[in-house]
Amino acid sequence: MAERRAPNLRERDDPRGLEATLAWRRGQLAIELNIALPPRGITALFGPSGAGKTSCLRAIAGLDRDSAGTASLGDEVWQDSTRHVFVPPHRRRLGYVTQEASLFVHRSVAGNLDYGYRRAGQPKHIDRDALIDQFGLRALLGRRVDALSGGERQRVAIVRALLSDPSLLLFDEPLSALDATARNDLLGRLESLHATLAVPMIYVSHAIEEVARLADYLVLLDAGHVVAQGALQATLTRLDLPAALTEAVGAVIEGTVVGHDAHDHLTELAFAGGTLFVPRRGDVLGQRLRCRIGARDVVLTHERQTGSSALNQIRACVIAMADADHPSQCLVQLDAGGSVLLARITRRSWHALALVPGSAVWAQVKAVALGA
Amino acid sequence: MMPLLSTQDLQAFWLTLRLAATVTAVLLLLGTPLAWWLAQTRSRWQRPVAAVIALPLVLPPTVLGFYLLMLLGPQGAVGRLIAAMGLSALPFTFGGLVVGSVLYSLPFVVQPLNNAFEAIGARPLEVAACLRASPWDRFFSIACPMALPGFITAAVLGFAHTMGEFGVVLMIGGNIPGQTRVLSMRIFDHVEAGEYSQAHTLSLCLLVFSFAALLAMSLLRPRRVERG
Repeated sequence: MAERRAPNLRERDDPRGLEATLAWRRGQLAIELNIALPPRGITALFGPSGAGKTSCLRAIAGLDRDSAGTASLGDEVWQDSTRHVFVPPHRRRLGYVTQEASLFVHRSVAGNLDYGYRRAGQPKHIDRDALIDQFGLRALLGRRVDALSGGERQRVAIVRALLSDPSLLLFDEPLSALDATARNDLLGRLESLHATLAVPMIYVSHAIEEVARLADYLVLLDAGHVVAQGALQATLTRLDLPAALTEAVGAVIEGTVVGHDAHDHLTELAFAGGTLFVPRRGDVLGQRLRCRIGARDVVLTHERQTGSSALNQIRACVIAMADADHPSQCLVQLDAGGSVLLARITRRSWHALALVPGSAVWAQVKAVALGA
Repeated sequence: MMPLLSTQDLQAFWLTLRLAATVTAVLLLLGTPLAWWLAQTRSRWQRPVAAVIALPLVLPPTVLGFYLLMLLGPQGAVGRLIAAMGLSALPFTFGGLVVGSVLYSLPFVVQPLNNAFEAIGARPLEVAACLRASPWDRFFSIACPMALPGFITAAVLGFAHTMGEFGVVLMIGGNIPGQTRVLSMRIFDHVEAGEYSQAHTLSLCLLVFSFAALLAMSLLRPRRVERG
């Protein structure tokens, strides 16, 4: 169930991130947002369509005023209904990026970028030129925004938000309106942004692949309620998530690139439980890389297989088993040298393999299933 | 051969232009906040206020002029207030004409502005708010530039409509040369006196002007911008 606080995620003296306890109605849906986020890193707000994700983001931004409760970022109180405190959005120092880029059509690309930058007083600690280059906007500065492609528009919207010196970034499915090529390009840029990001970000998405690659912390939302929140890996491998979210569960492995096979176009990743081959991602050696292993893509065997096409075989130990959303299936939680994996298998296989908590197994994962 | 326009005709012409320019300026100053309020408010007064502003569209101008005369006259509430403030009465003056014309043309300015403001939608304003723009800042930096076509339409319609008004002028302005004798009154005078060719010249002037105004409006309108 919903957790009020996640004290294990920060030290006692750490600055506080966003804390919100808000409740409101949106049509038939009663929404209750109860979150305490870390002061840095990316928090994914994940849930099925209609769970109220965008509504939550708007309430946090202060764009909708119908919520009651409290919201604060660090020491700044943004909302406190009992004390009639409500800080309007323009004084909250936000960087809001929406699904479809909402660029100002009466301004050029540069005019859009500078809108928030000027109002923030062109702060010295923000490197405008570096951001423009990082997101490949240099050549577009003089263009009209209606002449831009979907991907270019989103890049402008993102840099515009970053330039406004925000204290909290709110990204509402920034990739969902893009085609696959533009999405991959932008996802890569967001990954590198993640490494240098000094302010917290809330990233709303219903695409688990984006969440797996970007987020550090996860808030799972279903039917207007926070059903789980915590560190990404731990939360995504929980067995007690509601049925609407079971498609999303699976392990997220973070490893180091230890080798490339140029001939077969594979990248080898070392992680706590061994090594993984993934389709080549063009990454440099030593780089940290994330990879999501969906519960559906894991096959369990007693023995290490020799005549198998599955490139990855990981030695693991069964931790627990739980019912999946279909009565024929179950979810098996595995420990692979400290990394938690999930496997979705049939009940028939569970019994045929005579598995119990503590059983030693081999988890087989097709490298094909680990594509970016 | 007689000159195309007599001195009196020219006087009426310049007076009309001066009136239209003054009224347009006042209308834009008055209509912009009104239209913005109508586009933004969720007040239950929004519809009643919109209906009152739209009244001149359906009301006979003489009715509007009559009530204005009653209200602004020496016995009227506003008239007495103005007298108490030591100002001269408005009826049968240029000032009175401006007041009447502003009320009469108000919907022609407020409605295009209101449509333009509503067409912007909430999104650009919310985005601007998230980029630290205060409500005033958003109004001037986002709403006004994005509603520019609406301003052009409003100005042209307000100006052209004032150029040709008759009923309100008749009731509240009278027909004082150089003061309140505008083009439409002059045309009426000519027709009454049987001077059809002079009436024709002035009427043609107004016709050509109106056409030119509407043409200019559609040419000035920026090309529709694709979105999405």
